[in-house]
Amino acid sequence: MHPIIKLVSQRLALGLLLLFGASALIFGLTEALPGDAAQAVLGQSATPEALANLREEMGLNRPALTRYFEWLGGIVQGDLGQSLTNKLDIAESIGKRLGNTLFLASVAAVVSVPLAIFLGLLAVQYRNRWPDKLISAITLTTVSIPEFLIGYVLVYFISVKLGWFSSLAMINDTMSFGQKLYAVALPAFVLTLVVLAQMMRMTRAAILNLMQSAYIETAELKGLTTFQVIARHAFPNAISPIVNVVMLNLAYLVVGVVVVEVVFVYPGMGQYLVDSVTKRDVPVVLACGVVFAAVYIGLNMVADIVSILANPRLRHPK
Amino acid sequence: MNEQLTHMTKEVTAGKLTRREFMGKAAALGVSAALASTMFADAARAAGPKKGGDFKMGMSSGESTNSLDPASYASPVPAMNGRLFGDTLVEVTPDGSIEPRLAESVEGSADAKVWTFKLRPGVEFHNGKTMTSEDVLKTMERHSNEDSKSGALGIMKGIESMKADGEYFQVTLAEANADLPYLMSDYHLIVQPDGGMENPGDGVGTGPYKLETNEPGVRHLFSKFENHWSDEGHYDSVENIVINDATARMAALQSGQVHMANRVEPKVADLLGRAPNLTVESTPGRGHYVFIMHCDTAPFDSNELRMALKYAINREEMVDKILRGYGSLGNDMPINVSYPLFDTSIPQREFDLEKAKEHYQKSGHDGSPIILRTADGAFPGAVDAAALFQQSAAQAGIPLEIKREPNDGYWSEVWNVQPFCASYWSGRPVQDQMYGTAYLSTADWNDTRFKVEEFDALLLQARAELDPEKRKELYSKMGYMVRDTGGLICPMFNDFIDGISTQVAGWVTDPNGELMNQYIARKTWFA
Amino acid sequence: MMKNIPISAAIGLFFTVLYFVVAFAAPLIAPYGMAEVVGDVWEPSSAEHLLGTDNIGRDLLTRMIYGGRTTIFIAAAATILSFVTGTSLGLLAAVLGGWADQVLSRTVDLIMSIPTLILSLVILAIVPVTIPILILVMGLLDATRPYRLSRSVAVDINVMDYVEAAKLRGEGRVWIIFREILPNALSPLVAELGLRFIFMVLFISTLSFLGLGVQPPLADWGGIVKENKDGIVYGIGAALYPAVAIATLAISVNLVADWVLNRTTSLKGGRG
Repeated sequence: MHPIIKLVSQRLALGLLLLFGASALIFGLTEALPGDAAQAVLGQSATPEALANLREEMGLNRPALTRYFEWLGGIVQGDLGQSLTNKLDIAESIGKRLGNTLFLASVAAVVSVPLAIFLGLLAVQYRNRWPDKLISAITLTTVSIPEFLIGYVLVYFISVKLGWFSSLAMINDTMSFGQKLYAVALPAFVLTLVVLAQMMRMTRAAILNLMQSAYIETAELKGLTTFQVIARHAFPNAISPIVNVVMLNLAYLVVGVVVVEVVFVYPGMGQYLVDSVTKRDVPVVLACGVVFAAVYIGLNMVADIVSILANPRLRHPK
Repeated sequence: MNEQLTHMTKEVTAGKLTRREFMGKAAALGVSAALASTMFADAARAAGPKKGGDFKMGMSSGESTNSLDPASYASPVPAMNGRLFGDTLVEVTPDGSIEPRLAESVEGSADAKVWTFKLRPGVEFHNGKTMTSEDVLKTMERHSNEDSKSGALGIMKGIESMKADGEYFQVTLAEANADLPYLMSDYHLIVQPDGGMENPGDGVGTGPYKLETNEPGVRHLFSKFENHWSDEGHYDSVENIVINDATARMAALQSGQVHMANRVEPKVADLLGRAPNLTVESTPGRGHYVFIMHCDTAPFDSNELRMALKYAINREEMVDKILRGYGSLGNDMPINVSYPLFDTSIPQREFDLEKAKEHYQKSGHDGSPIILRTADGAFPGAVDAAALFQQSAAQAGIPLEIKREPNDGYWSEVWNVQPFCASYWSGRPVQDQMYGTAYLSTADWNDTRFKVEEFDALLLQARAELDPEKRKELYSKMGYMVRDTGGLICPMFNDFIDGISTQVAGWVTDPNGELMNQYIARKTWFA
Repeated sequence: MMKNIPISAAIGLFFTVLYFVVAFAAPLIAPYGMAEVVGDVWEPSSAEHLLGTDNIGRDLLTRMIYGGRTTIFIAAAATILSFVTGTSLGLLAAVLGGWADQVLSRTVDLIMSIPTLILSLVILAIVPVTIPILILVMGLLDATRPYRLSRSVAVDINVMDYVEAAKLRGEGRVWIIFREILPNALSPLVAELGLRFIFMVLFISTLSFLGLGVQPPLADWGGIVKENKDGIVYGIGAALYPAVAIATLAISVNLVADWVLNRTTSLKGGRG
């Protein structure tokens, strides 16, 4: 397993480098945005004097590079700094939000990933027969409807009409685990519908692709059942593309759920980042961006390593 | 009065009749809905406020970047926080006069240059300290000194000096201003201990509710402050919940998760009002939805073209389609009947394609498309309103091209920068302040670049004029000037539309702002 | 060949063709002008207005027809851009390996590590929003997905015996990509193509939802959903029509993709 450890450490170093690159890119883009935090905070009520005073206080008069390296210096020491706009400690604010985001993402993932793979395998087993077509049609429908619309329709029927679940998925520290689960039921359901299709279709396609191979035919000739063939021979070899798609979707569950947060008023990271971009609150944008990037890079690393472990030819490069 | 009606109001006072039942029975007796509504409110008030309960508000326009520092307030959620934990010296009442609050009385000198506020004794801050005139002085200094970044800086400009003297706080102006008390009612000017010099965002004030949890962009939780000075604040706790998405806000209100919601979209107001446990309160105010042209930039430097565009907008259609009737016609001036001293005899500008064509011909415009910038955030329905304007202008042969800008950065990059765009003004308590903020040649927010010396002179003259009749005449003249030569196309004044649960009693219509000028959590109670 | 077309694919093909034809012929078949205000707000459907009217009284059917044109055009163009860029770079990276692969893959990682929505939101706030720029931004940002997929599939194939054999035979890289890798990577890629098209439709809808989509009075289906969404919680269906249109288009395109998928696999000589 020696080469694997080497590979992981290489990947980790690369990940850090990527994080640095991402922070520089984000900083560059937010700097390129028209306007600054002072203007955004004062909004329509900005007078030139107030603007100048606020810029001075926020330290926006200093050159961009200085501010970036100050921020970088801070983060190396584990200090995310203070928000420009509301002066709150960023680490504390992000901590809460990230916890919420991860909670929602895990609930959705725990349901959707096994379900997607199960449905994918089922579709292969009943290939081109009605269960396959039904699964296909349903997942395609759910993925094709804009998520805000699924959200609103659920809210209308389940919250407003039936009153079963709350349309406000607000969670806080005083709630028990069960209460939290109950509160995020609707958004988690919407997210499950959204990510299900791609994972399920990839599972189906990857395994079907392998089912054409000669060794599968051999296995079938040996008299194994379709299920045994899939489970023993096809699935392990299809893991690489499946894990890839699963990781992409997990990343999406963490970083891409702004719209669901808006609809269900969920206090997650997405809304925090969008607000901060709007207000040009650069330290917060950077902090959120780096957290998102870290999540993405981490999940990707897992996907790559699993792919390599799963494919003997890649495991032992010549 | 009808005996049955009297009996019903008594039942309401005794708490035996809900609003819905009362309205239904009153309608059966042939009483108009407006009158019945007032009668119910009076009767419910007569019952007196009940204490207790947890009041939840679904509020639009809050961000995770919001601070509790009153100087930074620029949207409804933080402004509501200020109302909950803090007080201003004075406030404008629903009928437009001045009500003393932290000040017990206000007096101006004969030349309207020196204003003295006598402070209410024994007012306690949440931190246990007693309010002094020093606290007031420092608060006002923080909003007006040279490193101030306050949203109120603009209105504090005319102040020459201020001083604290025992129970008095005195303001001396550079030039006479009969409306100074109105300026001091600004929602940024919340009195903080030591003026908030040290820690402006700690949320400590004199209000009826003290801060418990501050999660910007999510919720702000307050609990009752027992030593509050006034008889307001009947709830045990108040939660200011940020729900920016309009549909989500309405759903929360309908399913009973919040007791009220602000900014009900006009197109759903009627539908919402049908829900059994809700009432929709519509309050005519001073806010107006506008299209603004820079009078000093081609092609808008031609008054003929400006007039052509003013005649080419269909105001009735706008009020009908954009406001769904929850508003009134604009008249190309920023003032309407909600202002004191308004001249109601100024004729309404009509939609007139013939005149629009005539003026357009005279302007000699080369026929190239005129770019109108808009954004969803300019005002609710701004993109649709621009589309309607484009349609009606096309009928007069005027080519408009709509350019939708991102909401993000609209107020810094488009408004007051681009020569023709959609915008929103929330209005001011008095005409002087409205004109002084946006129509004086030297005003920072002169977003129509309206620079007329004669107008400036009239404004200063009116400001020092203490005789209301003469002032009214001056304001009328100024109104005509803006209407006929200015760069403002004002198709409509919007109503504030709030959705309130029928559990909530004590509603009073207040044209100064949405949600009873944001005093709802202080002045209402659970029936 | 066309005789063997299964019923589901036939339905998919029919709707796909129908939507594309309607998109092309929009000005000919739309009953009213696109921006023309013809009635009151949210009128129910009637003989004059088959689907009723929208949130400011425009004919909804007309809006839908023109909206379909915008949606299909932008989504198709962006999908093609995304797919061609992503797949070719992905295959190239897999075959070249080493340094080139590292540079390409890390650049893609860098772009993907920032949430696409946030990235496009920021970029579209910096550059002016026009249709070509929308297509470019959507297509290029999305190209990262086909890149990753095609690379990961191709890397697996690249170490297969038959590819090794081709390399030993001394075949050129281009030959290997087109003759050995692409045919074997085709089925996951085609499955992905259909989904990417849906995601593009949803992407443009989401941008419209955030106020960054096409310029009014033009609208895409997502934009029409947004314009009318407030009616949903009161049982007004205007927002549901474009949503149904998006869903049926997506399903049709994918039914066709599935059919193509089956045909390509049978071409490979497996059991059909």
